[in-house]
Amino acid sequence: MFYRETGQFKQSYAADQAVFPILQDRFGLAFILLIAFVAVPLFGNEFLLASVMVPFLILSLGAIGLNILVGYTGLLSLGSAAFMGVGAYSAYKLSTIFPGVNILVWILCSGFFAAGIGVLFGLPSLRIKGFYLAVATLAAQFFLQWCFVRISWLYNDNPSGAIEVPARKLFGLAITGPSATPVTRYLVVLVIVVVMTLLASNIVHGRIGRTWMAVRDMDIAAQLMGIRLLPAKLLAFAVSSFYCGVSGALMVFLWLGAAEPSAFDIKLSFLLLFMVIIGGLGSMIGSFFGAALIHILPIVIRMLPEALGLPIAAATVEHLTYLIVGALIIFFLIVEPHGLARLWQIAKQKLRVWPFPY
Amino acid sequence: MSLKNWLYALSAAASLTLPAVHGAQAQEESIYVPLFTYRTGPFAGSGTPIANGMHDYLTLLNERDGGIGGVKLIVEECETGYDTKKGLECYESVKPKKPVIVNPWSTGITLPLIPKAAVDKIPVLSMAYGLSASAKGDTFPWIFNPPATYWDGFTQILQYIATQEGGGIDKLKGKKIGYIYLDASFGREPLPLIEQLSKELGFEAKLYPVAAADMQNQSSQWLSVRRDKPDYMILYGWGALNATAVKEAVKTNYPMEKFISIWWPSEDDAKGAGDGAKGFKTLNWHAVGADFPLLADIQKHVVDAGKSQVSGKDKVGQVLYNRGIYNSMLIAEAIRKAQEITGKKAVTGEDVRRGLEGLNIDEARLKEIGLEGFTGAVKLSCADHNGHFSTFVQSWNGTTYEKVSDYIAPMSDKVGPLLDADAKAYAEKNAPWPARAEACDAS
Repeated sequence: MFYRETGQFKQSYAADQAVFPILQDRFGLAFILLIAFVAVPLFGNEFLLASVMVPFLILSLGAIGLNILVGYTGLLSLGSAAFMGVGAYSAYKLSTIFPGVNILVWILCSGFFAAGIGVLFGLPSLRIKGFYLAVATLAAQFFLQWCFVRISWLYNDNPSGAIEVPARKLFGLAITGPSATPVTRYLVVLVIVVVMTLLASNIVHGRIGRTWMAVRDMDIAAQLMGIRLLPAKLLAFAVSSFYCGVSGALMVFLWLGAAEPSAFDIKLSFLLLFMVIIGGLGSMIGSFFGAALIHILPIVIRMLPEALGLPIAAATVEHLTYLIVGALIIFFLIVEPHGLARLWQIAKQKLRVWPFPY
Repeated sequence: MSLKNWLYALSAAASLTLPAVHGAQAQEESIYVPLFTYRTGPFAGSGTPIANGMHDYLTLLNERDGGIGGVKLIVEECETGYDTKKGLECYESVKPKKPVIVNPWSTGITLPLIPKAAVDKIPVLSMAYGLSASAKGDTFPWIFNPPATYWDGFTQILQYIATQEGGGIDKLKGKKIGYIYLDASFGREPLPLIEQLSKELGFEAKLYPVAAADMQNQSSQWLSVRRDKPDYMILYGWGALNATAVKEAVKTNYPMEKFISIWWPSEDDAKGAGDGAKGFKTLNWHAVGADFPLLADIQKHVVDAGKSQVSGKDKVGQVLYNRGIYNSMLIAEAIRKAQEITGKKAVTGEDVRRGLEGLNIDEARLKEIGLEGFTGAVKLSCADHNGHFSTFVQSWNGTTYEKVSDYIAPMSDKVGPLLDADAKAYAEKNAPWPARAEACDAS
């Protein structure tokens, strides 16, 4: 009744091809953005901003990056954490070599370094597919992580072996370092994530995205249609690594504040892959759903006993969290193997015919 | 209204909503001490006894004395799983409750907290881990890492080796010393010191790095050990790395009495290797065993009363349990000192920072606490947040660790310049690093 496109006539091709062709969707998006930009900073406490929203947005960005590769182009990658690391380390090097340049410039530039490394490790993707490619990207994961430990130039010979975030400002307001308030950090991350998500959404809905999907669905057919496989696949690697790189730089500079190489270990790669699979392969909104399920749900479960006043020891809560999240993941995958994004679509479809389902 | 003011208004509004969430915790006249623990995850084997020791000591103070100076302690554990991201989440979740001190119990969690501590006014106690350079109180007024740094530990092991060879430090000349370590910041930290000392003292250093992912697979490293035949082996490991190293050493028939570790191995690490592990040595700075009045009190008021999470009575008094006791002793004494300095009862993080700088636990005080002979005296100052105290060597006899050496002082003449250079480099790299603004109490 409320969610129906009846009467919304398109008068041009551009309008028909819009990312959000339905008016209600545009309202919905505006509403979500309003909540994200106004309500959350206004009413959220520091914990919500610093430990829930900032990590959620950063992980979502990483998941979008991986989704471009796995979901849209069909290339399985286990090296996303390493590409995040490349972003983080290059942002660190750039900001320490050129401290005068605004840190946001370097965070975005770091994506290009990640993209370069991503293309390098994406080269084998023309010849190998599926699990074999996963193994090749696994090599990237191990090799790059080894570099982060062993090449002391990368972390400016710090005896701690970690990269530390210097305090930097934007418009006279600290955005990195200890005195940056969670609100500032949240808003900076939010702007970057929103802009990059819109960009990604436009890429995947356009010619490039269609090329990727053609490659994903059947690469020989795509080749016969005149799609050059190597540039298409390498572009997917580049764009995907760019997103991962920016997300890695954001992770260190606006979330953690300092990072050891172990912050970019294989566990993070798997987490991102889970987010993409559970959220929905080949779906932008699925990346956000996946990140929410993997990052926010455990926090909620952890806070429940305290909120309800149940005296459960911290370690037991942790074990319970693992159990519940694991069970939920299996539940969602059984109920809807195409991920949360598909559930969302079904819900929308139901809403469309409500209250007269057929 | 400028953007800046607007954002300040926003953050003020955000902070207003805090009491609604955590209002239940905010009681009058209490001191909030969060404990970052890891009873889950790959390091739970080491983390659990430490958590128990820390928790039981503070519980005892609440049960027996009604807190410290008549103020109850609110002790709350936050599970980090030794994971940096979760640790930071813990930090953010305890911050609104005004903790007087945090113990990250992971170098990875300590590093991001170092710049935050001064802003949030919460002192960080990273007991013998974290950033070695944070021993410099002038650069790091909010960070404390007593009783010794990893560099101190390394020189202590070297001196022990020299005495084994029957003389002064010059006896190391021509010796071959193997160093097996976790290939991460913790294990790599002594490398510059090794490089410098091997030249100055004339010993040959053999390095055997173990990647974090390969902790349980050290066969290739020990194959090299068998080939190189080092005169002594030094171990810097944590978690499964220690247990595996001891097992591999036994398997390769390496003479255990020449295998010396930094202070982290537990009983279980040595026990797993069977009888062959007898003679395995580690550094330590406190006694092992439950034969102290304080530990008897813990047994009576906490463990027997069912207020502890220890799985068995024999766990009380183990190496890492006692390490937790030591950690909590520092917390408690710092709070007591803070009450003494300020005259307040419910002290804040700022007061406890001053308490830590004025910390002076002498033999008489140790006796009062009920830990006479448990450890050496602890005295910190504004400039020295570490103390660089002496440690001793203990040896595994198959069932427990026994003390086998006197207290050994670190070679401060070698370590000191490195610390100075490091603290300076840290401040430069993290420019603009705030200069120390905190006044020093004359103690």
